[in-house]
Amino acid sequence: MDMDAVLLARIQFAFTIAVHIIFPSFTIGLAAFIATLLVRWRMTGQDKFHRLARFWTKIFAVSFAMGVVSGIVLSYQFGTNWSRFSEVAGNVMGPLLGYEVLTAFFLEATFLGIMLFGWQKVSPNLHVTAAVLVAVGTSMSAFWILSANSWMQTPTGYEMKDGIAYPVDWAAIVFNPSFPYRFAHMFTAAYLTTSLVVLSVGARYVMQNRFLEEAKTMVRMGLGMVAVLAPLQLLIGDAHGLNTAEYQPVKVAAMEGHWDGSKPGDLVLFAWPDDKAEMNHFEIAIPNMASFIITHDINGLFKGLKDFKPEERPPVAPVFFAFRIMVGIGMAMIAIGFIGAFLWWRRSLFESGWYLRPLTYAWPLGFIAILAGWWVTETGRQPYVVYGVLKTVDAVSAVAFGAVLTSLILFVLIYSSVFSMGILYINKLIDKGPEGKAIEPSDALPSRPLSAAQGAARDALGTAE
Amino acid sequence: MEGITYWLPLVWAAILAVAVTLYVILDGFDLGLGILFPFVPQEDRRDIMMNTVAPFWDGNETWLVLGGGGLFVAFPKAYGVIMSGLYLPIIVMLLALVFRGVAFEFRWVSKPKHKFWDLAFAWGSIVASFAQGVVLGGLLQGITMTDGRFSGGPLDWMTPFALFCGCALVAGYTLLAATWLIYKTDGALEVFARHSAKIALLAVLAAAAIISLWTPFTMPRVAERWFSWPNLLLLSPVPLLTVYAAWSCWRGLELEKPFQPFGSAIALFLLGLAGLVISNVPYLVPDKLTVWDAAAAPSSQMFMLVGTLLMLPVILGYTVFVYWTFRGKVRHGEGYH
Ligand code: HDD
Ligand code: HEM
Ligand code: HEM
Repeated sequence: MDMDAVLLARIQFAFTIAVHIIFPSFTIGLAAFIATLLVRWRMTGQDKFHRLARFWTKIFAVSFAMGVVSGIVLSYQFGTNWSRFSEVAGNVMGPLLGYEVLTAFFLEATFLGIMLFGWQKVSPNLHVTAAVLVAVGTSMSAFWILSANSWMQTPTGYEMKDGIAYPVDWAAIVFNPSFPYRFAHMFTAAYLTTSLVVLSVGARYVMQNRFLEEAKTMVRMGLGMVAVLAPLQLLIGDAHGLNTAEYQPVKVAAMEGHWDGSKPGDLVLFAWPDDKAEMNHFEIAIPNMASFIITHDINGLFKGLKDFKPEERPPVAPVFFAFRIMVGIGMAMIAIGFIGAFLWWRRSLFESGWYLRPLTYAWPLGFIAILAGWWVTETGRQPYVVYGVLKTVDAVSAVAFGAVLTSLILFVLIYSSVFSMGILYINKLIDKGPEGKAIEPSDALPSRPLSAAQGAARDALGTAE
Repeated sequence: MEGITYWLPLVWAAILAVAVTLYVILDGFDLGLGILFPFVPQEDRRDIMMNTVAPFWDGNETWLVLGGGGLFVAFPKAYGVIMSGLYLPIIVMLLALVFRGVAFEFRWVSKPKHKFWDLAFAWGSIVASFAQGVVLGGLLQGITMTDGRFSGGPLDWMTPFALFCGCALVAGYTLLAATWLIYKTDGALEVFARHSAKIALLAVLAAAAIISLWTPFTMPRVAERWFSWPNLLLLSPVPLLTVYAAWSCWRGLELEKPFQPFGSAIALFLLGLAGLVISNVPYLVPDKLTVWDAAAAPSSQMFMLVGTLLMLPVILGYTVFVYWTFRGKVRHGEGYH
């Protein structure tokens, strides 16, 4: 296999999964948010919750469709582009993905039908149940796929025979050492991302003086979540990092830009890591702080990049910068939550334009942090696909260069046009806002399902039938 | 262990066959709707067509994930060989599914400027169906392998036979969709559906006849299996039942029965798939990899089997529940909004 085809396959996988993860990050949280709204509606009987649930369901529908189609592509790429990987790791990876299909995908895909189109077809309680089941399905999906990914990072519970991995202990495989941390971190990330979008949209309406009742509910619910989850995410991330330091020390060295393991590590705030010269240029650092974070001792030692052979190191700069982007956004979220909670407590939240106005632009932050986080994790484990077991170069299919190039070009062209249209449509739905009657007119025929987005489109454009 | 290594792969092959069958039938009729789209220019009728499958399409497509995923779980070697051997048609199918999948929602959100998504739905469905047929044909005619891995070229699959299989599947899905519309709609749309179903049925029968002649002539292994005694006798019910199903479909169309045409179309598909299985067992990649050669470790197959046997009935249960919830004819609502 020549090197170029490997590179193309990697670019293609990274591109398709990076586009995919944008949608799950949003739908995992949004499904739970909608289910919460519907449960609160059933409990309080307040119309605003129902209106909000309907509004977000339209957006959910568009986003979910994009998540599904981009996800199907991924599940086939293990075979099309990584068939050696499928062969070597298939005995372990296969069942984890298989359980994802059986316990998660069918659940969410099937009850999605009722959640989107069941507003008048089924009883309110059944409808709420369907929304809850969709939320459960998305979480189960995250559980299994993150277990699979974590096993690739920290493989346990298997043995190698003739170069093929054979499962020995399924509990050890599913609950491999990095899984609890990765699951907690990603799950919190998804909820944080959604909460920030909800907060941001709420802030937008408050600033525009529209839908005030709904907008205030959104701001409060979104802000409450951010205020609690953002600090929690810092704690989880810290624990995750300690786990990584134990199992993938070279990744942590790259994240910290730490070259020389014989000296305590400084907390590098900014630098330009140079793989060739094996040092950082333009470094600004807090002395010994990294040692304190990782070993909880000012003078503690942890391995540096030079403790590993150059061909065992990941590319340092991408890992280093992506890590700073993620943590930087994490800190920004903590600040957003803290300031907002303070204003809320002072009862001046909705008068504080200086706080709410910038927030209307804050919605992409979570997505960027998630992409950056995955970038750290995936690039940081190079040159391995299955850490310590299978190198990326040995994992690809024997597909010709031209074929991969063709598919990559098609993916980039089609994804960038289709998915940016989708994001545009979501923005259009948000502009339109949660208008309309709380309950659909009852003259709607019982047997006519209505596209989730259909109502909004009609309202928005005033197209009378 | 001897016993287990023999029967586990067979059980898994059976499960996969069920998943693929369910996929072909369920997604078949919603892909077929896209194929019929260009022939229905009226926007309100198109809305109804979309609405007959809107609550189901995602669940339908999940069987494709189970088919691919199941192959990965149970037969990772065959999964690797098939996916890399048929790389281009599979990627094209996936991309076509992207277009038609998002069209379900985008079409509504972009109204009244939804022309592009109408086209995306139609062409996405047509290309995806065609590519699936090509994948099937490409698999049947064989994949070049050395040392258990794919070693052919990127365009090996491009033969008249595979391209013909692509057309045949397009005709088949059209039949499923037209008969589904008869079942789910009324008025002008139902009349149109009945008319298209007749054309599609004739096309399907012609395609089936051609493929049945083509395979034994170009694939000696198939001819051997079909025309040796007593196989000939054992296999003879398949063509006979096919003729019966086709006749019943036609009668149903003539007598304007609501469900009979759709039921018979499904029966036709089941018979076609049965024919495929009979001609190819125990091969997953014909002539090269049997279910035993390609099997995953018994521990993996077993671990997954437990979950599958538990979950499959539950999944089928709630799938039926959702179809039942949205049962009945779909009409265009007068005077809403
Ligand atoms: C179950 C497996 C799995 C999961 C859940 C993820 N990845 Fe991954 N990723 C892989 C399995 C994988 C892989 C198959 O192992 C790749 C392909 C080549 C490689 O080295 O690892 C990979 C590579 C890879 C690369 C390229 C790294 C490089 O080649 O330098 C990037 C940027 C990402 N992934 C990004 C992501 C993102 C944004 C994810 C968020 C969902 C993600 N990965 C989840
Ligand atoms: C290699 C990695 C991945 C593969 C192979 C994969 C595969 C898939 C597939 C096939 C679907 C469509 C399911 C359907 O038909 O309903 C899907 C959707 C989904 N995936 Fe992934 N996925 C990957 C990464 C991830 C990650 C890392 C997460 C979450 C942490 C995730 C969460 C989801 C969720 C929640 C959905 C539901 C659809 C949506 O949210 O829009 N996936 N994925
Ligand atoms: C606030 C401080 C944060 C710290 C200290 C932190 C720490 C970490 C560490 C150490 C990793 C790499 C783990 C590994 O590769 O083994 C990681 C990955 C990741 N982070 Fe963070 N993180 C923080 C904030 C965030 C935020 C705010 C988000 C998103 C909203 C986020 C999303 C992710 C994701 C998606 C990954 C990849 C998946 C994983 O390995 O868990 N992180 N984080």
